[in-house]
Amino acid sequence: MHGSHATGSPYAPYTEEDRTAMLETVGAEAVDELFDIPADVQFDGRFDIDARTERETRRLVRSILDRNDDVTELLGRGHYGYYVPSLVDHLADRSEFLTSYTQYQPEISQGFLQALFEYQSLLVELTGLGVANCSMYDAATALGEAATLADRVRDTTGHRVLVPELLREERRSTLENYVAGTDLAVETYPVADGTVDLAGLTDLVDDGVVMIYAESPTVRGTIEEDLAAIGDLAADTEALFVLGSDPVALSLLERPVDVGADVVVGDASVLGLPTSYGMGLGLFATREDYLRQVPGRLVGASEDATDRRAFTLTLQTREQHIRRERATSNICTNQAWVALRTAMHAAVLGPSGLVELAERDVQRARDLAARLDDFVGVIASVHDRHHLREFVARVDRPARAVADDLEKRGFAVHVVGDHEIQICIAGVCDERIDEFVAAVEEVTR
Amino acid sequence: MSGDRPDVSDDGDAPQSRYDQARYVENGEYEPLLSEKDRTRVKIGGDDADTDGSPLPDDLTRDSLELPELSEPELARHYTRLSQMIYGIDSGPYPLGSCTMKYNPKFTEDVATLPAAAVHPDRTEASVQGTLELLYRLQDYLGRIGGMDAVTLQPPAGAAGEFVGIRVAAAYHEHNDEGHRDEVIVPESAHGTNFASAALGGYDVVSLPSDDDGRVDLEALEAALSEDTAALMLTNPNTLGLFERDITTIADMVHEAGGLLYYDGANLNALLGRARPGDMGFDVMHYNVHKTFATPHGGGGPGAGPVGVVSDLAPFLPAPRVRERAAESTAEDPVYERFDPEHTIGKVHGFDGNWLVLLKAFAYIARLGDEGLADASASAVLNANYLAERIEYDVPYGPFHHEFVASAGEQDAADVAKRMLDYGVHPPTTKWPEIVPEALMTEPTEVESKDTLDRLAAAFNAVAGEDDDALETAPERTTARRIDQTTAARTPRLAWQALEDDA
Ligand SMILES: Cc1ncc(COP(=O)(O)O)c(C=O)c1O
Repeated sequence: MHGSHATGSPYAPYTEEDRTAMLETVGAEAVDELFDIPADVQFDGRFDIDARTERETRRLVRSILDRNDDVTELLGRGHYGYYVPSLVDHLADRSEFLTSYTQYQPEISQGFLQALFEYQSLLVELTGLGVANCSMYDAATALGEAATLADRVRDTTGHRVLVPELLREERRSTLENYVAGTDLAVETYPVADGTVDLAGLTDLVDDGVVMIYAESPTVRGTIEEDLAAIGDLAADTEALFVLGSDPVALSLLERPVDVGADVVVGDASVLGLPTSYGMGLGLFATREDYLRQVPGRLVGASEDATDRRAFTLTLQTREQHIRRERATSNICTNQAWVALRTAMHAAVLGPSGLVELAERDVQRARDLAARLDDFVGVIASVHDRHHLREFVARVDRPARAVADDLEKRGFAVHVVGDHEIQICIAGVCDERIDEFVAAVEEVTR
Repeated sequence: MSGDRPDVSDDGDAPQSRYDQARYVENGEYEPLLSEKDRTRVKIGGDDADTDGSPLPDDLTRDSLELPELSEPELARHYTRLSQMIYGIDSGPYPLGSCTMKYNPKFTEDVATLPAAAVHPDRTEASVQGTLELLYRLQDYLGRIGGMDAVTLQPPAGAAGEFVGIRVAAAYHEHNDEGHRDEVIVPESAHGTNFASAALGGYDVVSLPSDDDGRVDLEALEAALSEDTAALMLTNPNTLGLFERDITTIADMVHEAGGLLYYDGANLNALLGRARPGDMGFDVMHYNVHKTFATPHGGGGPGAGPVGVVSDLAPFLPAPRVRERAAESTAEDPVYERFDPEHTIGKVHGFDGNWLVLLKAFAYIARLGDEGLADASASAVLNANYLAERIEYDVPYGPFHHEFVASAGEQDAADVAKRMLDYGVHPPTTKWPEIVPEALMTEPTEVESKDTLDRLAAAFNAVAGEDDDALETAPERTTARRIDQTTAARTPRLAWQALEDDA
């Protein structure tokens, strides 16, 4: 009987009759005969995992997850919880999107290919660069891939990759792993008041630099004011200028192409995914010059046998399934469905919605900082810079104690120094912000 | 009324299905791009700004942004139409070999969208005990299923898991003053990611031919192994679906040479509950949860590629992992914490991987339990064997398990695949592994019923009986007809902006 599975998988639709008939066809008495596993490596034990009904399983997961405290997160630093419109969930969950795989047969997969082509186009508009792939895993791995790209396309003698000292440790560590198989060496350059210390960086740059990485907004929410100078610095020494950003920021901030960026990486899932414990979508865009060295999948336009425009994965000779150890990356399964969600979210917002969202992120972070700055015992923001959606505040009390007290009142913030907390407004509604301000006043007195 | 029935007589009483995919045509072209439905340029800053005025100085902002501005109903229609131009597992059989395209249980989507699952990775341990518990339990489940001592959930896909394995091997050898080991051995018939992951880790790849039976050639392995060997990467059953019968000998040989044995978990569906990589002598493995544990493939991803290791390698796993904080835990109220393994290789993802995918995998395993998992492998293997028996194409290697590789013989495998599209099925993986000429790598998975397998076989057989002409002009009934790959690659047009340039 289907549905109950005391004896099997609920998703393997057999009747006993079928099974008997099938065994007869293959000439076996029992399924066991079909396994060609030597006796000494057969597993006779149990995993001790109880089968459950669907309802029991849902209850189990809910009961586990309910141990998470329900707090308002004013958290960012690379992962954001913007409101995702209902259209995204409902349409991305259509099973044709959800249950298909890589478009190895483009004729039967036009819809997904078109959505990915539209995603690539969105990134081309946002960055001004000619080529965007249809996803890396996340911002950190995209940064790693940018470094290996730099290693391939630069034939300078050097091996130095310069990253800001404020880079999130997790991103830096991922980058270190990606370059472990190359001669590249990652070094930090100094930061002054939350943004690049241009003089300090200039001192470090020589012909041995293959890549300079900068972020705007930075991990502390500050907006870089002189990206073009970094671009010039990189261009002078023929290093690649890699810029970290995201689609919301890019809707408002200077176009990467205008500041000399050669590659843009970052987390594109700021649009499309709600807070997801760090799951992301690696944005990767670059100049057409490096097209043949791009990692990951690319969707291109072509024609079908009726001469109508049609889409297909293209330039696949870069990829692992053809080029094997000489591929531009090892990536195969990627984040395509997240890219679809990102494209949908951007489409719902449209250009005016995107610009407004980014402008509000600047304004609301500024307003909140000003309100907190009024409290004795708080300086907000600590950096004399423009900010997007998040900022660092100095608190007189130990930051850990302040954060713990806020958590008791239902708010989560980052602790980024002994007396520094970081606060992000993305996705937090105005009423909660008001309550947060009141809570900060209480706990910083 | 009955006279209005559409004419389907061209298929007569044929056993194979006929499939006509949705196709919208406007002005002689298929469904327009969003950018062809609207383009709106929004000016930013300056006196003529379209918004209320930018809160930033003009020199920090772009001048404008030009994208489609469409209403929600228009977008709902756009994406619904796009979805109708896609074939997924819910559309019909999807026997794409090596990819394990199982049915994705619907309830796992509900579980992944629980509000309590939406937490930020920088939350304190105390406030996300639920997330940590779930991760801990999944580590534990996977350890048991693979026979491994320690598991990391961080790698966001199978290839990322391979890369972790490679980096862990490097760290382990380095730790033992064996850093000179600079070769990774990979069978000729392996998946492309194995080669690419080893190369990304800086290793020279030594490729290993198979023997006449399609398995690892022990003599060739002996010749390939040396004091430079860091690891051998294997999948078992291999890509022909054959179990590597000499696996314990292979493990001994690799260990004798001082190397590690890596298990590519892409084919684990064949073994669930019957054999475990850990018991075969593998030291490190990845689990491909979007295959074995039925999380949706999403048009190419996201997946997840957790890595399991034997205890000797546990200190090298990525950071952080999750463990129970023994001192404070009680049976009723366990307390979990993150920790960094002693000699960790660091990170391979900015946070802790593809959480939503891991959550779905957990739910799937918890739903199936021992019985369900063992039945999945049994039914997957029976289905593959039954289907192979029913198709007319030759299957040169056996006995195979969850997948088989048929040969299209005189036909071109890629053309066979195109023609199968017209019969309402997704075709197999083609032209790989190359050891089988014109390979049709077929993996029906456990989710197909006998009736569906019969219809799938009918589709294979209908194509087997067709001439080159029919094959070369296929597909006819999909949204797009055969797509010109050469033009796509020669004149890359990778964004709508590029389409205008040549208009
Ligand atoms: C045999 C094999 N190994 C490795 C992989 C790589 O896994 P992923 O695509 O999840 O990176 C795949 C599948 O794509 C595969 O079939």
